[in-house]
Amino acid sequence: MKVTIIGAGPSGLYLGILLAKAEQPHEVTVLERNPADATFGWGVVFSDETLGALRDADYPSYLDITDTFARWDAIDISYRDTVLRSRGHAFSAIARKQLLAILQRRAAELGVVQRFGQEIAGPEDIAALCADTDLLVGADGVRSVVREAATETFRPTITPQGGTYIWYGTDLVFDAFRFIFAESEHGLFQVHGYPFDEHASTFIVECPETTWRKAGLDEMSEADSIAFCEELFADELGGHRLMSNKSTWLRFPLVRNGSWHARVADTPVVLVGDAAHTAHFTIGSGTKLAMEDAIALGAAFVRHGSDNPAAALVHYERERKPIVERFQQAATDSAEYFSRVHEHTHLAPPQFAFNLLTRSGRISHANLAQRDADFVRGVDVWFATDQAEHAIAPPPAFTPLALRGLRLANRMVGGVPRDAGLVLTPLTAVSPGGRVSPDSPTLCADTDVARLRAAVADAHAHGSALGVLLGHAGRRGATRPPERGVDIPLPDDEAWPLLAPSPLSFGPGSQTPRAMTDDDLAEVRDAFVAAAKWAVEAGCGLVALDCGYGYLLASFLSPLTNHRTDDYGGTAENRLRFPLEVAEAVRAALPDDCPLGVRLTVTDWARGGLTPEDGVTAARAFAEMGVDLVHVVAGQTVAESTPEYRRGFLSTLSDRVRNGARVPTLVGGHLTTVDAVNTVLAAGRADLCVAEFLRTPAALTAGRAA
Amino acid sequence: MEIGVGLPNTTPGATGALLTDCARRADAGPFGSLAVLDRLVYDSVEPFAALSAATSVTNRIQLATMIAIGPLRPGALLAKQAEAVHRLADGRFTLGIGIGARRDDYTAAGADHRRRGALLSEQLAHLRGTDYPGEILVGGNSGPAFARMARYADGYAHGGGPPRAFASAATKAHAAWRDLGRPGAPRLWAQGYFALGDDDVVQAGCDYLRDYYAFTGPFAETIASANLTTGRAIKDFVRGYAAEGCEMLVLLPTVSDVDQIDRLAEVIG
Repeated sequence: MKVTIIGAGPSGLYLGILLAKAEQPHEVTVLERNPADATFGWGVVFSDETLGALRDADYPSYLDITDTFARWDAIDISYRDTVLRSRGHAFSAIARKQLLAILQRRAAELGVVQRFGQEIAGPEDIAALCADTDLLVGADGVRSVVREAATETFRPTITPQGGTYIWYGTDLVFDAFRFIFAESEHGLFQVHGYPFDEHASTFIVECPETTWRKAGLDEMSEADSIAFCEELFADELGGHRLMSNKSTWLRFPLVRNGSWHARVADTPVVLVGDAAHTAHFTIGSGTKLAMEDAIALGAAFVRHGSDNPAAALVHYERERKPIVERFQQAATDSAEYFSRVHEHTHLAPPQFAFNLLTRSGRISHANLAQRDADFVRGVDVWFATDQAEHAIAPPPAFTPLALRGLRLANRMVGGVPRDAGLVLTPLTAVSPGGRVSPDSPTLCADTDVARLRAAVADAHAHGSALGVLLGHAGRRGATRPPERGVDIPLPDDEAWPLLAPSPLSFGPGSQTPRAMTDDDLAEVRDAFVAAAKWAVEAGCGLVALDCGYGYLLASFLSPLTNHRTDDYGGTAENRLRFPLEVAEAVRAALPDDCPLGVRLTVTDWARGGLTPEDGVTAARAFAEMGVDLVHVVAGQTVAESTPEYRRGFLSTLSDRVRNGARVPTLVGGHLTTVDAVNTVLAAGRADLCVAEFLRTPAALTAGRAA
Repeated sequence: MEIGVGLPNTTPGATGALLTDCARRADAGPFGSLAVLDRLVYDSVEPFAALSAATSVTNRIQLATMIAIGPLRPGALLAKQAEAVHRLADGRFTLGIGIGARRDDYTAAGADHRRRGALLSEQLAHLRGTDYPGEILVGGNSGPAFARMARYADGYAHGGGPPRAFASAATKAHAAWRDLGRPGAPRLWAQGYFALGDDDVVQAGCDYLRDYYAFTGPFAETIASANLTTGRAIKDFVRGYAAEGCEMLVLLPTVSDVDQIDRLAEVIG
C-alpha cells in the first residue's frame, strides 16, 4: 500500500515507522512543510504506560528515546512560600527536537521517504496527493490542511480553552514536575515546569486572560514578556534564564472531529494526533495521545490488511475515540481548574495541593495514597487536626464537623440514620399547600412535631444528628407520589391550588400557580418561621431551607420562573429578596447555637437561567445573612434543562461556591464511594457529602444460599 | 440478565408470515423479550402493528418497542397504540420511547423536529397523567434525555455500543434517577445487532446496517463493524453487558430470516 503522511511530527513519523516495518511493508512518504531541524516547543512528557506501548511497538526507537530521557517521580507544588512534594507519579520527558531526530533517523533506516520544506497549501494540493496514493494521513497538527479537504465529513470544531499561556524553556533543571504559583499585583500566575534533559526544563507560564491584559502582556515584545516573567519568578529561577523559541502567548485550541476518517477523490484519508484531537496542555498528554494514535492505526492495518483500508480506519477510530474523549474530559476539567485557581488562594497548602492533584477527576484520595502514602497521611492529619503534630488521622469522611453548636460525628449525609453523621429529611412542607405530594411530610401541626421528635430520637440512637429540610413546593406541588414519575399532576379533584412568584406552570399538564400577593408572601414567611420553631422544639440539630430544584423559594431566584415587576422580581437583588427575608426571619427565630442551612440551586442548566456566577453571588448573600451551610444543587428550575450527569457531577460547582463565597458546603451529585467522598472533602470542594452508598447495607455475599 | 431478541420489522422484505414465525420461535426459545425498532422513512413494518401481530402468536414473552420514536405520533394516538398492544398482550408490553435520530422521519410525519424533546416530555406526561398501566423506558444519551427518563419512565433503554459505553450511560441513568428523587433504581435495557451464518448472511447483515444507518455518514461503517457475527462475539458481548448491570439485553437480527432466532437461541442456550 502506498501511504502519504502529511506532517513529520511525532505521530506522523511514528506511524511511518510502524507501517514501513510491518510484515508486509508499506511504501511510506512523509511530507513536512518545515525544515528537518526546525524545533517548536521544548520537552514532551510520557507516562510509564505510554513507554510500555512504545517498547512493544518499536524496540529500537524505544531504546534511543529512553537513553536520553529525563525521569522523575515527584510533583512539587510551590505555593505561598512552601513547596509540597507528592511522590509516586512516574513520568519521563524528552526534548521534542531530540525525539524528532530519533524518529527521523529510524524512519530513514526503514526506507521511509521524508521530504522537508514541502508546503501543502490547501484542499487542491490534498486532492492532487490523494490521486496518487492509497492512503493519506493527516498528521499535520492543530491547523491541519488535510482536515480542511473534507470538513463536511470530519466536522471539526476548534474551541479556545483555559487561560493564556506561553511555552518557554529554561536552563534551570528541575528535579520534579514543578507547579509554581506566584501572586502579582495584576493577579495570580502559574508555571508548569518539568525537566526534559540534563540541561534544560520546559517552563510554561499561564494566567487568566484578564490578568494577562492587566499586566500589559498583550502589548509587550517577546523580550519584554521574558523580562516580565523572569522578574515574576526570580526567586524560583535563582538567576537562571528563560528562553524563547518563537514563543507567543496563546489560548489553547481544543480540537475535536465528528469523524476521524473520510474519503477524498475516493482515497481514504485519516487524521492522527493534534489534527484529530487535542487535550489541554495542563494534563501533558498531547504527544502521548498522538503516538498512541499511530500505534493503534498501525495495528489496525496489521489486523485488517491493506485490502480493506476502510475497515482498518473504522477499527482505529472505534478504538481510540472513547479513550481520547476521556482524556479530553479530564483535560477540560484541568483547564477549568487552572482558569479559576486564583479562587483557591485562601486554601492552606495541603488542601491547595490536594485539590490541584485531583483536579482532572482521574486521581482520587485512594490513588494518591497508593502513589505516596505519606503525602496523603499528611493531608489527612492536616484535615482532621488543622496541624501536623499527629502521626495519623482518620480519612476525611470520618472526621467530625462543627457548625455552631452542632457536632457531627462524620462528614457523610444520608437519608436514613445509620452510619451518617447527619440525616437530612426530604422536603418537609411548612404548610399543607406546600407539599409536593399528598404523602409529603409536613411540619405545621403538633402531630408533625411528635413524628419529627421520633425521627430525632432514632437518629440520636444511631449517633447521627437530624436536620430538617423545610420547604414549600411552589409550582412543583400537588403531584403524584414519585413511584412512577415526578411532576405528574394529581387529578384535579385531589389537587390543591399552587403558589409561585409568577403564574407559570412547571411542565406539561401542570397546574398554573397563582402569583403570590403580599399577603401570601407574609403567610409563607410566617409558616417557615413557625416550622423552624417546631423543628427546634422537636430537637433537630440543623434547620435547612429549600431554595433549590425549582420549588417555591428557588423559583424566586431564577429569571426563568420569576417575572414579577414588584420589589421581588427583576434584578438579581430583587429576586433574592424573598428567599433572604425568609432566611433572615428563620435565623432570628433559631437559637444561636442552631445552624441554618440552605439547599440552593446554583445554576439552572438552562438558557437564560441562573449561571454558576449567579449561584456564588446568592450563596455569598445567604452566608452574609448568617447561613452556615449551603447544600449545592443545580437544575430542575424548569422541566426542560440540560444537566450533565456523571459521578460527582456537582463537585466542581460546590468547589466554586465554597471557595468563591467562602461558605461551608454540602454536596451530593452521585458520590458512590467513600473514596469519592474523601477526595471531595480533602480537596476542599465541600465540607459535607451526600453519600449514595449509605442507602444500601454492605453485603459480602454474592447471593442467597439455597 | 435476560436476553431478548429482535422481531425483524425493519429489515427489508419482512412479511407477516416471517414476523409471526419469528415471534412464535422467540416465544418458545430462551428469550425474555421480543422487541421492534421504529423508522418511518424506511422499508419496515410499523412497530405497534408488528407487535400486535406478535401478541396473537405468543403467550409468555415480554413484547417491547426498543425504541419507538414517540414524537412521530400525536401524544393521544401514541398512548392509544401503546394501550392497544398492552391490552392485546395481556400486559406483556414494555413501551420504549425516544426522539430517534432522523430528521426525515419528522418531516414525513409532519412533526416539529426542533421541539422533539419537549414533545416527548409531553407524551410521557400524558401517558403518566392518564394512568397508562405498562412499563415505560426512555432512550437517548443527552443530559435532557436522562432527566426525562428519570422524571417519567420506569427505566432506561440504551441505544447500543460496547459494554463500556453502556456502563457510562447506566451511571448517568442512576445519577439522574437520584437527582430527580425517584425511589429505587431505574430498569436498564440495552441492545445490539447480530447476524449469524455463512459469509453471505454476515455480509447481508452488515450491508443492511450500512444502509439503515447511511444517514449518519461514516458512522454507519462503525455500526456495521460492531455487528456481532460469531457465537463468541455474542457471548463476549453478553458477558460484558451482564457485568455492567444490564437487566435485559435485546439482540436484533440484521437479516430477514427466521433462522436467525434459532441460531441465536443455540448460542445463548
